[in-house]
Amino acid sequence: MQWEIVVGLEVHAQLSTQSKIFSGAATAFGAAPNVQACEVDIALPGVLPVLNRGAVERAVKFGLAVGARINHRSVFARKNYFYPDLPKGYQISQFELPIVEGGEIVIDVEGSARTIRLVRAHLEEDAGKSLHEDFHGMTGIDLNRAGTPLLEIVSEPDMRGPHEAVAYAKALHALVRYLEICDGNMQEGSFRCDANVSVRRAGAPLGTRCEIKNLNSFRFLERAIEFEARRQIGILEDGGSIAQETRLYDSVKDETRSMRSKEEAHDYRYFPDPDLLPMTLDASFVEAIRVGLPELPQAKRARFVADYGLSAYDAGVLTASRELADYFEAVVRGVPNEPKLCANWVMGDLSAALNKEDLDIARARIPAGALARLIGRIQDGTVSGKIAKELFEAMWSTGKEPDVLIEERGLKQISDVAALEAIVDEILAANPGQVEQYRAGKDKLFGFFVGQAMKATKGQANPAQLNEIVRRKLTP
Amino acid sequence: MSLSHTDVKRIAQLARIAVSDAEVEGYLRQLEGIFGLIEEMQGVDTEGLSPMSHALDESLRMREDTVTAHDQRDLFQALAPQVEAGLYLVPKVIE
Repeated sequence: MQWEIVVGLEVHAQLSTQSKIFSGAATAFGAAPNVQACEVDIALPGVLPVLNRGAVERAVKFGLAVGARINHRSVFARKNYFYPDLPKGYQISQFELPIVEGGEIVIDVEGSARTIRLVRAHLEEDAGKSLHEDFHGMTGIDLNRAGTPLLEIVSEPDMRGPHEAVAYAKALHALVRYLEICDGNMQEGSFRCDANVSVRRAGAPLGTRCEIKNLNSFRFLERAIEFEARRQIGILEDGGSIAQETRLYDSVKDETRSMRSKEEAHDYRYFPDPDLLPMTLDASFVEAIRVGLPELPQAKRARFVADYGLSAYDAGVLTASRELADYFEAVVRGVPNEPKLCANWVMGDLSAALNKEDLDIARARIPAGALARLIGRIQDGTVSGKIAKELFEAMWSTGKEPDVLIEERGLKQISDVAALEAIVDEILAANPGQVEQYRAGKDKLFGFFVGQAMKATKGQANPAQLNEIVRRKLTP
Repeated sequence: MSLSHTDVKRIAQLARIAVSDAEVEGYLRQLEGIFGLIEEMQGVDTEGLSPMSHALDESLRMREDTVTAHDQRDLFQALAPQVEAGLYLVPKVIE
């Protein structure tokens, strides 16, 4: 009987505020150790937390975008545990009354839409960093990250297997970037995933789950779930049972292993933080945020299909990030009657060139306007699609305009009928044997003549015209 | 609800407070007193009342998202027992 893999994700999205959630210290990444850790962040006696409105606005923005309930009243709680990178001895988080409850994310699984329900999203502060290497047997503590605002987004166990988990994580990642509430930088830890994984026989109740931590890329998320599911199935098929525990993914060994040391500490004794009053949000605060919401990925996807006649797949690729979608639309503005051709160029040559140099769309070496002008030159017959590809590469490496390159390199397509006819005549005269075979019924030779003519014109012949001429000349 | 010696030891361990075996009995009696009071309070009819999460009937004030704190690392680290390369040093944490 088949096993079913059940996954729920907890994502910590670092909110893109200038200052920390409860203090006025900066949140910029990469500063020298402890220069962005003020008296509140290092928990000197007598300090008090004051809530950052920017963090609250971002949480509400997220809640509205996923159709969740924004709690008019929510409460901050203390989550108690001892660790040196948590100087207060507790993390300020939310427990019983989070700011956002419910909501859903729609993901695309092999062409069909699946809805993943959210349990909640709550505000909390990040901890500092422990550096375990090389301090004469001591641990170094950097508290720059302590107090950075996080939105912890918790899903229901609605995903079936690693692919759905990755699709959900990617959809969430795209959404927080669309909303501009999180920069989504996974290397810098701005978007971190923990996965709850269990397995069961089809139709059976949920199995015992293990939580996997330390998943800082979509690839690791996928591989860790694959490994963990295999591990659990192996134990169950051998007649064993799964112990609920927290496991760490090791990307070098590609395995998960138990984090035994933390087991004992899992008694957080949450209670409402007496330093912080309950947070109340009035309707006008929420409404002002709703009005400012940008077009969301799903709506954009639907619009790309309706307005540009793109396939659902193409629309999905082009709306994967707001920047890519904006770039595509800027290209289309330049050549409004060729959206499909624009989509092919953006998803094809442009994406390939970006991937090759590991650049994101903001760093594309060809601005959208220049790409539109290149596509325009295909459309008006100045260059063939094949020459356009060459031009694209030249534009990418030189930064020059397509028209300048066409002029410089003499790449203008030959659409002069008389000139093309003369070339075709020459080729037919030089290959009487092939002409005879073609006329005797060997149709495949048609491509040979076209190829020869293309070669003679260095690829600059207008393909449609050339085909027509070759066909006409070969007809006896 | 009755507490055991083990419960007292565990609570002390979670709070990182050293409690000797001789002291456990005394804390046990005090904690049982507190739990007794809680039980008494639970007898009060609270039907229709929403739980109170703060003694003050006011709501939280927020600040604007601006950086107001400047670097005072040297001042703060003068208080720390051991620092190096800008880091606070603590006894090794074993993962």
